[in-house]
Amino acid sequence: MVTVEERAESGGRGVSPEMLRGFFREMLLIRRFEEKVEDRFRAGELPGFLHVAIGQEATATGVCAALVREDVIASTHRAHGHAIAKGTPIERIMAELYGKSEGCSKGYGGSMHLYDVEVGNLGANAVVGGGLPGIVGAALAFQMRGEKRVAVAFFGDGATNTGAFHESLNLAQLWKVPAVFVLENNGWAESTPASQQLPLPVDELGKRAAAFGMKLIEADGQDVEAVYLAALAAREHALAGKGPVLLHLRTHRLTGHFVGDPQVYRDKDELKEERDTKDPIRLLGARLEIDDDEFAAIDAEVTAEVEASVEFAKAGTDPKPEDALKYVYA
Amino acid sequence: MPELTYREAVRDALGKALREDDSVFIMGEDIAEMGGSMAVTQGLLEEFGPGRVRNTPISEMAIVGSGIGAAIQGMRPIVEIMYEDFLTISMEQLVNQAAKHRTMSGGQVKVPLTIRTQGGAGWSPGAQHAQQLEAWFVHVPGLKVIFASTPEDVRGLLWSAIYDDNPVVFFEHRTLYPIKGEVPDELEPIPLGKARIHREGSDVTVVATGRLVHESLQAAEEAEKDGISVEVVDPRTLLPLDEEAIVGSVRKTTRCVTAHEAVTRGGFGAELAAVIQHGAFDWLDAPIERVGAAFAPLAFAPGMEQWAVPHADDVLAAIRRTVARS
Repeated sequence: MVTVEERAESGGRGVSPEMLRGFFREMLLIRRFEEKVEDRFRAGELPGFLHVAIGQEATATGVCAALVREDVIASTHRAHGHAIAKGTPIERIMAELYGKSEGCSKGYGGSMHLYDVEVGNLGANAVVGGGLPGIVGAALAFQMRGEKRVAVAFFGDGATNTGAFHESLNLAQLWKVPAVFVLENNGWAESTPASQQLPLPVDELGKRAAAFGMKLIEADGQDVEAVYLAALAAREHALAGKGPVLLHLRTHRLTGHFVGDPQVYRDKDELKEERDTKDPIRLLGARLEIDDDEFAAIDAEVTAEVEASVEFAKAGTDPKPEDALKYVYA
Repeated sequence: MPELTYREAVRDALGKALREDDSVFIMGEDIAEMGGSMAVTQGLLEEFGPGRVRNTPISEMAIVGSGIGAAIQGMRPIVEIMYEDFLTISMEQLVNQAAKHRTMSGGQVKVPLTIRTQGGAGWSPGAQHAQQLEAWFVHVPGLKVIFASTPEDVRGLLWSAIYDDNPVVFFEHRTLYPIKGEVPDELEPIPLGKARIHREGSDVTVVATGRLVHESLQAAEEAEKDGISVEVVDPRTLLPLDEEAIVGSVRKTTRCVTAHEAVTRGGFGAELAAVIQHGAFDWLDAPIERVGAAFAPLAFAPGMEQWAVPHADDVLAAIRRTVARS
């Protein structure tokens, strides 16, 4: 959880109800977008391999709200929420999933490689931990040029077991580069539970920061306000030249690893309980006392946006097959 | 024209780039105070300071990966991987990240990163400090691959690598660092994808890289005593490859030997042989001969090491085999 000290570090800012309603709307947009992605995949319209982050919307929205456009992120295979929250219009993401030239990666990337450099998305990565070293380098470039920007890597608890994680955090702390490492800890590495892949209790994974002498900030990843405040504090710490931060967010993946995953490895009752008690959108809705009518109004708006994104994508242009060679070299 | 060693030529290009361009910096293991394990970067820390001549932890994945991230943000990093054997540790970043960002982003990013490394046998280091792995990288679209064999080439090609907007894996050979050669007064960039004909001949073409360029030139002199005229071509850039120059040479001579220090099986000579048989099939008077190391992890004892890797006499024997076919 965000401590009182960390709230103080972040300038003591509270989060206004208007801002929280904005978060609510964005999280619901991400949810409806991903539900539509699942639906269109099952209908056979979307090629490839898709991973949704249903249940993890608060980490994407809360972290990206604390960033400015000039800050950069590296995302993961579970990327739709990060891309939306960093500012890419959803129709360009949907067009990418349909493999169209209008897509945010012009049809070259797909769900696991969403890029939008203009808004600071340096790309989603299909290699677990693969994006972390590059974020150290981006932060190094900002540091060398004296730019007030941070570089942010999203990754999961599974990635904390890779060499890339350890080499990256070690180097980032050594050089005190302005990086924030956002650990979205959902307790699952694909189908493998925390008990089989983490030597620490799942809630204590943030302890890994201590190995590098790195600042640790933790928050409940289902509480978007806590995430936002923690991310603000992390960004300010990094920008102050105090070094990078491990931002540990405990979150919950309320669906399978990939779209179509039957989750044979998961206890059905536990999953139901998580869905009932850990949904970040429901939790925020209850806190903001959003009633059925208001919910229906917001839902109708974002659902219409998602429908429009599908229409945009379907009307998009198929890349010429031979253009597969177009961007091999600069 | 001044004379530089191969080592000094590399240092000269690094120094000039660091001097003229704030976006250039170098990083790697032991490159600062120590001046690198091959003494290539000696003196650069003193001139450019620790911000631009950066010692790193022993973290090859983070060295290459942070180079990628800085390059995407507009820097021109030059990273050093102390031995090319250690490139294996950075493979994920090189192959999945550096080589693919541009395509995966639909052309939104470029990765102007140079990865310098070195290797080679001849000093009994055993199996993990002397491999020649250049062929692996030729198989990866998105990378460029250079292997320079002379002081002039290493200086001019390194400059072009630094100013190429793509990730370039730049191979140096350990035993070449002390060799001397004339270089132009001012650094002249050598374009990537241009082969160099070291010696003209009419009977056999030897296409050689790295140390084997020098071994092949020696073999050519021996062959000349027997009246065999040998042309020696160094592709210099393995990716992109100057197919025109290589095929053109073989069409002229009608016989070809490929020569590298890497093991023969799956080596760059196999790619050369495929390109040449396709481009010069009707001209060939003999099967293409391949010279390379024996297919074994390099053994330590000097006798075994020297037996396993190719020398001038191996190239000469291959030349003789091709001319024996009439």
